[in-house]
Amino acid sequence: MKGDKAMPLKLYAEENKVVACLMGEIDHHGAGRLREEIDGMLERMRPDTLILDFREVTFMDSSGIGLVMGRYRLIRQWNGAVEIHNPAPSIKKVMRLAGLDRIASIHASPPAKGGSTEKTEAQV
Amino acid sequence: MKVCNEMKLSFPSRSANEAFARTAVSAFAAALDPTIEELADLKTAVSEAVTNAIVHAYQEQIGMVYIHAKILENSRIVIRIRDKGCGIADVKQAMEPLYTTCTTGERSGLGFAVMEAFMDKVKVRSQVGRGTTVTLEKTILSKGAE
Repeated sequence: MKGDKAMPLKLYAEENKVVACLMGEIDHHGAGRLREEIDGMLERMRPDTLILDFREVTFMDSSGIGLVMGRYRLIRQWNGAVEIHNPAPSIKKVMRLAGLDRIASIHASPPAKGGSTEKTEAQV
Repeated sequence: MKVCNEMKLSFPSRSANEAFARTAVSAFAAALDPTIEELADLKTAVSEAVTNAIVHAYQEQIGMVYIHAKILENSRIVIRIRDKGCGIADVKQAMEPLYTTCTTGERSGLGFAVMEAFMDKVKVRSQVGRGTTVTLEKTILSKGAE
Protein backbone atom coordinates (compact mmCIF):
# COMPACT_ATOMS: atom_id res chain seq x y z
CA MET A 1 0.00 0.00 0.00
CA LYS A 2 3.02 2.25 0.39
CA GLY A 3 4.88 4.07 -2.32
CA ASP A 4 3.14 2.26 -5.18
CA LYS A 5 0.90 5.14 -6.11
CA ALA A 6 1.98 8.15 -8.10
CA MET A 7 2.03 11.35 -6.10
CA PRO A 8 -1.30 13.12 -6.67
CA LEU A 9 0.51 16.35 -7.37
CA LYS A 10 2.00 18.27 -10.28
CA LEU A 11 4.52 20.78 -9.06
CA TYR A 12 6.35 23.36 -11.14
CA ALA A 13 7.89 26.79 -10.89
CA GLU A 14 7.38 29.69 -13.27
CA GLU A 15 8.77 33.18 -12.84
CA ASN A 16 8.41 33.94 -9.16
CA LYS A 17 5.65 31.45 -8.62
CA VAL A 18 5.39 27.86 -7.54
CA VAL A 19 2.31 26.10 -8.86
CA ALA A 20 1.01 22.97 -7.10
CA CYS A 21 -1.80 21.20 -8.96
CA LEU A 22 -3.39 18.93 -6.37
CA MET A 23 -5.33 15.84 -7.42
CA GLY A 24 -7.81 13.33 -6.05
CA GLU A 25 -8.73 13.23 -2.37
CA ILE A 26 -6.93 15.31 0.26
CA ASP A 27 -7.11 13.83 3.73
CA HIS A 28 -4.78 13.24 6.68
CA HIS A 29 -3.40 10.11 4.98
CA GLY A 30 -2.16 11.94 1.89
CA ALA A 31 -1.46 15.40 3.31
CA GLY A 32 1.96 14.53 4.75
CA ARG A 33 3.52 13.62 1.40
CA LEU A 34 1.97 16.64 -0.29
CA ARG A 35 3.36 18.87 2.44
CA GLU A 36 6.89 17.48 2.06
CA GLU A 37 6.91 17.86 -1.73
CA ILE A 38 5.51 21.39 -1.71
CA ASP A 39 7.74 22.57 1.13
CA GLY A 40 10.84 21.17 -0.59
CA MET A 41 10.05 23.23 -3.69
CA LEU A 42 9.12 26.34 -1.69
CA GLU A 43 12.34 26.27 0.29
CA ARG A 44 14.43 25.83 -2.88
CA MET A 45 12.65 28.50 -4.92
CA ARG A 46 11.48 30.97 -2.25
CA PRO A 47 8.76 32.23 -4.63
CA ASP A 48 6.62 35.36 -4.19
CA THR A 49 3.48 33.31 -4.71
CA LEU A 50 2.36 29.73 -4.15
CA ILE A 51 -0.60 28.77 -6.33
CA LEU A 52 -2.55 25.79 -5.01
CA ASP A 53 -4.76 24.57 -7.85
CA PHE A 54 -7.69 22.47 -6.62
CA ARG A 55 -9.25 21.85 -10.08
CA GLU A 56 -8.69 18.09 -9.89
CA VAL A 57 -9.38 17.66 -6.19
CA THR A 58 -12.53 15.61 -5.62
CA PHE A 59 -12.59 15.58 -1.82
CA MET A 60 -11.02 17.53 1.00
CA ASP A 61 -11.53 17.51 4.76
CA SER A 62 -9.95 19.75 7.40
CA SER A 63 -6.56 18.13 6.75
CA GLY A 64 -6.55 20.19 3.55
CA ILE A 65 -7.15 23.31 5.62
CA GLY A 66 -4.09 22.42 7.72
CA LEU A 67 -2.15 21.90 4.48
CA VAL A 68 -3.00 25.41 3.21
CA MET A 69 -2.40 27.05 6.61
CA GLY A 70 0.98 25.36 7.04
CA ARG A 71 2.18 26.48 3.59
CA TYR A 72 0.91 29.99 4.30
CA ARG A 73 2.97 30.09 7.48
CA LEU A 74 6.08 28.94 5.59
CA ILE A 75 5.82 31.37 2.67
CA ARG A 76 5.10 34.27 5.02
CA GLN A 77 8.63 33.86 6.34
CA TRP A 78 9.82 35.64 3.18
CA ASN A 79 6.61 37.67 2.72
CA GLY A 80 5.17 35.44 0.02
CA ALA A 81 1.46 34.89 -0.62
CA VAL A 82 -0.82 31.90 -1.24
CA GLU A 83 -3.45 31.78 -3.98
CA ILE A 84 -6.13 29.10 -4.13
CA HIS A 85 -7.46 28.25 -7.59
CA ASN A 86 -10.56 26.39 -8.76
CA PRO A 87 -11.97 24.70 -5.65
CA ALA A 88 -15.17 22.69 -6.28
CA PRO A 89 -18.25 23.88 -4.33
CA SER A 90 -17.92 21.18 -1.65
CA ILE A 91 -14.26 22.11 -1.11
CA LYS A 92 -15.06 25.82 -1.07
CA LYS A 93 -17.58 25.07 1.67
CA VAL A 94 -14.84 23.63 3.92
CA MET A 95 -12.54 26.57 3.06
CA ARG A 96 -15.27 29.09 3.84
CA LEU A 97 -15.92 27.45 7.21
CA ALA A 98 -12.22 27.72 8.07
CA GLY A 99 -11.97 31.34 6.91
CA LEU A 100 -9.16 30.50 4.49
CA ASP A 101 -10.16 33.49 2.38
CA ARG A 102 -8.63 35.66 5.11
CA ILE A 103 -5.13 34.29 4.45
CA ALA A 104 -5.31 33.39 0.75
CA SER A 105 -7.08 34.85 -2.27
CA ILE A 106 -9.43 32.45 -4.01
CA HIS A 107 -9.65 32.43 -7.81
CA ALA A 108 -12.00 30.72 -10.19
CA SER A 109 -10.00 30.51 -13.42
CA PRO A 110 -6.82 28.62 -14.36
CA PRO A 111 -3.49 29.89 -13.10
CA ALA A 112 -2.23 32.66 -15.37
CA LYS A 113 0.52 31.65 -17.78
CA GLY A 114 2.93 34.12 -19.30
CA GLY A 115 1.38 37.22 -17.80
CA SER A 116 -2.24 36.52 -18.73
CA THR A 117 -4.61 38.59 -16.64
CA GLU A 118 -7.66 36.39 -16.97
CA LYS A 119 -7.87 35.69 -13.27
CA THR A 120 -11.04 36.74 -11.59
CA GLU A 121 -11.78 36.82 -7.93
CA ALA A 122 -14.53 34.39 -7.01
CA GLN A 123 -17.09 34.67 -4.28
CA VAL A 124 -16.24 32.36 -1.42
CA MET B 1 -37.85 5.08 15.30
CA LYS B 2 -37.88 2.15 12.90
CA VAL B 3 -34.51 1.16 11.48
CA CYS B 4 -34.77 0.55 7.72
CA ASN B 5 -31.20 -0.55 7.15
CA GLU B 6 -27.96 -0.76 9.05
CA MET B 7 -24.34 -1.73 8.65
CA LYS B 8 -21.31 -2.25 10.81
CA LEU B 9 -17.67 -1.84 9.94
CA SER B 10 -14.51 -2.29 11.92
CA PHE B 11 -10.99 -1.61 10.76
CA PRO B 12 -7.54 -0.88 12.22
CA SER B 13 -6.63 2.77 12.75
CA ARG B 14 -4.33 3.04 9.73
CA SER B 15 -4.60 6.31 7.87
CA ALA B 16 -5.18 4.50 4.56
CA ASN B 17 -8.56 3.48 6.02
CA GLU B 18 -9.80 7.09 6.20
CA ALA B 19 -10.78 6.95 2.52
CA PHE B 20 -12.24 3.45 2.91
CA ALA B 21 -14.44 4.53 5.84
CA ARG B 22 -15.93 7.62 4.23
CA THR B 23 -16.45 5.84 0.91
CA ALA B 24 -18.18 2.88 2.62
CA VAL B 25 -20.53 5.17 4.56
CA SER B 26 -21.31 7.18 1.45
CA ALA B 27 -22.11 3.97 -0.48
CA PHE B 28 -24.43 2.92 2.36
CA ALA B 29 -26.13 6.35 2.36
CA ALA B 30 -26.66 6.23 -1.41
CA ALA B 31 -29.92 4.33 -0.80
CA LEU B 32 -31.39 7.63 0.49
CA ASP B 33 -30.75 9.28 -2.89
CA PRO B 34 -28.78 12.19 -1.44
CA THR B 35 -27.72 15.21 -3.46
CA ILE B 36 -24.04 15.56 -4.34
CA GLU B 37 -23.75 18.21 -1.63
CA GLU B 38 -25.35 16.02 1.04
CA LEU B 39 -23.06 13.14 0.13
CA ALA B 40 -20.00 15.43 0.29
CA ASP B 41 -21.16 16.66 3.73
CA LEU B 42 -21.49 13.10 5.02
CA LYS B 43 -18.14 12.01 3.62
CA THR B 44 -16.39 15.02 5.10
CA ALA B 45 -17.93 14.58 8.57
CA VAL B 46 -17.11 10.84 8.64
CA SER B 47 -13.57 11.57 7.48
CA GLU B 48 -13.11 14.05 10.34
CA ALA B 49 -14.38 11.64 13.01
CA VAL B 50 -12.32 8.71 11.70
CA THR B 51 -9.20 10.91 11.41
CA ASN B 52 -9.67 11.98 15.04
CA ALA B 53 -9.77 8.32 16.10
CA ILE B 54 -6.61 7.56 14.11
CA VAL B 55 -4.60 10.68 14.98
CA HIS B 56 -5.76 11.44 18.53
CA ALA B 57 -7.42 8.38 20.09
CA TYR B 58 -4.75 5.86 19.15
CA GLN B 59 -1.86 8.22 18.35
CA GLU B 60 1.21 6.03 17.69
CA GLN B 61 -0.65 2.76 18.31
CA ILE B 62 -2.96 0.81 16.03
CA GLY B 63 -6.38 0.06 17.51
CA MET B 64 -9.77 -0.75 16.07
CA VAL B 65 -12.26 1.84 14.83
CA TYR B 66 -15.93 0.78 14.78
CA ILE B 67 -18.64 2.32 12.63
CA HIS B 68 -22.32 1.52 13.04
CA ALA B 69 -24.55 3.32 10.55
CA LYS B 70 -28.34 3.20 10.51
CA ILE B 71 -30.94 4.53 8.12
CA LEU B 72 -34.16 5.41 9.95
CA GLU B 73 -37.60 5.53 8.37
CA ASN B 74 -37.71 9.34 8.10
CA SER B 75 -34.65 9.45 5.77
CA ARG B 76 -32.42 10.12 8.72
CA ILE B 77 -28.95 8.62 8.79
CA VAL B 78 -27.24 8.02 12.13
CA ILE B 79 -23.54 7.15 12.08
CA ARG B 80 -21.74 6.11 15.24
CA ILE B 81 -17.94 6.13 15.12
CA ARG B 82 -16.30 4.54 18.14
CA ASP B 83 -12.75 3.92 19.30
CA LYS B 84 -11.17 2.36 22.38
CA GLY B 85 -8.37 4.89 22.49
CA CYS B 86 -7.16 7.42 25.04
CA GLY B 87 -10.42 9.35 25.39
CA ILE B 88 -10.91 13.11 25.70
CA ALA B 89 -10.61 14.73 29.14
CA ASP B 90 -12.50 17.89 28.21
CA VAL B 91 -14.95 17.30 25.34
CA LYS B 92 -16.21 20.89 25.39
CA GLN B 93 -12.70 22.25 24.91
CA ALA B 94 -11.91 19.65 22.20
CA MET B 95 -14.96 20.80 20.26
CA GLU B 96 -13.99 24.47 20.27
CA PRO B 97 -13.06 25.63 16.75
CA LEU B 98 -9.28 25.88 16.25
CA TYR B 99 -8.50 23.98 19.48
CA THR B 100 -5.86 21.37 18.72
CA THR B 101 -3.37 19.34 20.73
CA CYS B 102 -1.14 19.12 17.65
CA THR B 103 2.00 21.20 17.98
CA THR B 104 3.28 20.90 14.39
CA GLY B 105 0.85 23.51 13.07
CA GLU B 106 -0.40 21.05 10.45
CA ARG B 107 -3.75 20.22 12.07
CA SER B 108 -6.32 22.98 11.81
CA GLY B 109 -8.33 22.16 14.94
CA LEU B 110 -11.50 22.28 12.86
CA GLY B 111 -12.56 18.63 12.86
CA PHE B 112 -15.53 19.01 15.21
CA ALA B 113 -16.47 22.39 13.69
CA VAL B 114 -16.69 20.71 10.26
CA MET B 115 -18.79 17.85 11.69
CA GLU B 116 -21.15 20.32 13.36
CA ALA B 117 -21.45 22.49 10.25
CA PHE B 118 -22.12 19.58 7.89
CA MET B 119 -24.39 17.39 10.03
CA ASP B 120 -27.69 18.14 11.79
CA LYS B 121 -26.51 16.76 15.11
CA VAL B 122 -23.14 15.75 16.60
CA LYS B 123 -22.90 13.99 19.95
CA VAL B 124 -19.62 13.10 21.64
CA ARG B 125 -19.24 10.75 24.58
CA SER B 126 -15.79 10.08 25.93
CA GLN B 127 -14.07 8.53 28.90
CA VAL B 128 -10.36 8.97 29.49
CA GLY B 129 -8.59 5.66 29.01
CA ARG B 130 -11.73 4.00 27.63
CA GLY B 131 -12.41 5.67 24.32
CA THR B 132 -14.68 8.02 22.42
CA THR B 133 -17.97 7.65 20.57
CA VAL B 134 -19.03 10.29 18.07
CA THR B 135 -22.60 10.11 16.80
CA LEU B 136 -23.43 12.01 13.63
CA GLU B 137 -27.02 12.50 12.42
CA LYS B 138 -28.46 14.02 9.29
CA THR B 139 -31.81 13.99 7.54
CA ILE B 140 -31.36 13.49 3.81
CA LEU B 141 -33.82 15.53 1.78
CA SER B 142 -33.56 13.16 -1.13
CA LYS B 143 -33.32 14.55 -4.64
CA GLY B 144 -36.78 13.28 -5.48
CA ALA B 145 -38.31 15.37 -2.68
CA GLU B 146 -36.98 18.70 -3.93
